[in-house]
Amino acid sequence: MIWSGLLIYWANDVYRLGWGDTTVMKFFPDSFYKALSLSFGLAKGMAFHFVFMWLFTLNGVLYVLYTIISGEWRLLLPARKSFREAFLVVLYDLKIRKTAPLFKKYNAAQRIAYSAIILMGVGSVITGLAIYKPVQFNWLCALCGGYEAARMEHFILVHGYCFFFLIHIAQVIKAGWNNFRAMVAGFEVENETPVLSSKTELKQNNGL
Amino acid sequence: MAFKIFKPGKELTVQQQITRRTVLSFMVLSLFAVLGYFTWTWLYHQPELPGPRGGVQKPLRQVLEANEKIFNKAFSGNHLAKTFPVEMAAKKVRVNGNIGLTNDNDTANWQLHVVRNPGDTLLVSLSEIKKLPKTEVVFDFKCVEGWSQVTRWAGVRYRDFAAFCHLDTTLNYVGFTTPDGEYYVGIDMPSAMHPQTLLCYEMNGQPLPMNQGYPLRMIIPVKYGIKSLKRIGTIYLSSEKPKDYWAERGYDYYAGL
Repeated sequence: MIWSGLLIYWANDVYRLGWGDTTVMKFFPDSFYKALSLSFGLAKGMAFHFVFMWLFTLNGVLYVLYTIISGEWRLLLPARKSFREAFLVVLYDLKIRKTAPLFKKYNAAQRIAYSAIILMGVGSVITGLAIYKPVQFNWLCALCGGYEAARMEHFILVHGYCFFFLIHIAQVIKAGWNNFRAMVAGFEVENETPVLSSKTELKQNNGL
Repeated sequence: MAFKIFKPGKELTVQQQITRRTVLSFMVLSLFAVLGYFTWTWLYHQPELPGPRGGVQKPLRQVLEANEKIFNKAFSGNHLAKTFPVEMAAKKVRVNGNIGLTNDNDTANWQLHVVRNPGDTLLVSLSEIKKLPKTEVVFDFKCVEGWSQVTRWAGVRYRDFAAFCHLDTTLNYVGFTTPDGEYYVGIDMPSAMHPQTLLCYEMNGQPLPMNQGYPLRMIIPVKYGIKSLKRIGTIYLSSEKPKDYWAERGYDYYAGL
């Protein structure tokens, strides 16, 4: 999805970070396009993008349906205390704090991240549809702040996914094998130790 | 879904269970990865269809055509492209292509060829076209590349022109080509009959510049700019998809907004 999006973006790569005439970063440098062979692929990019959009949407809908039917949503939606706790989790992960709040399966930061990614997915579909059919769905386009704004929002959301992906991978590596197995196999191995503190510690390490 | 296996007493059995389920899960994961890889390779190397359905892998083209059918349900002649006040129109209008404009500069003797039926071609002059009701549209011209620009155009609506020439509006498509035949597009009838679709002879209140397709061009706000052909030479009607320059090169034939 991102690959085909980049093939499209290349045809009009206007975004940059900066102010006035000062550019901190251009999206994207030529070397980036060259390294990933992204040049002159607009038609290909659009074709793939407008096929994959169905998989993206279907995947999202099925996932959300699954969390609702299985009741997993209870563990995934942020609770009121999650926002405060997430801050503590981040401090713990950055090794500023020694302890993190107790949690069941997903910690507060995870709850926020996993819910945010769903909202971002919805955002990508809405902004995407606004760019795809700006005349037929002109109300949607207006909701996004216009055609140009919708395109930029669609673009910015992609950076959100990349950020999520990087943190996600880093955390999986950090959490180790037992956690990775839990992600794939769906079960978690816990040592039954009578000492409460060591068990809590294990659980914290398992969580991602 | 999270299973927790507590130590039931027999150390070995638990360990075996863990190993068995881990291996099984990772085998399923690998299977999906391999399956995904082969599906991707298969898709990427699929052959192309001929003509306006070509330029891109056959399954992708078929999905693009399915998308057209689905999103056509949302299409309505009452859904208008957003219009803007005249002051917002760009003075310096972007020129993005000259295919079909490079060979033929004999615009003085230009006449529009309107093929009503095979063997029944009507020749229409610019002055005749200008006598028809004039419609102006200031809209955000959208290019398939991703840029857009608010621009101001005026001309006769295709639907008015079709009525004037007694063109069949029940056929599926209208085809347009440049006088030299190098650029050509096909438009589905509902989009051609859309109230903002113009055979355009004015930009910013002036006759079209040469590089904008003088003397007459398409302006079709419900499509990407690739469909707004410059310098119309011939208009014809068809029940089949007319040939289309960019569709042959892998772009969506419909290209509707």
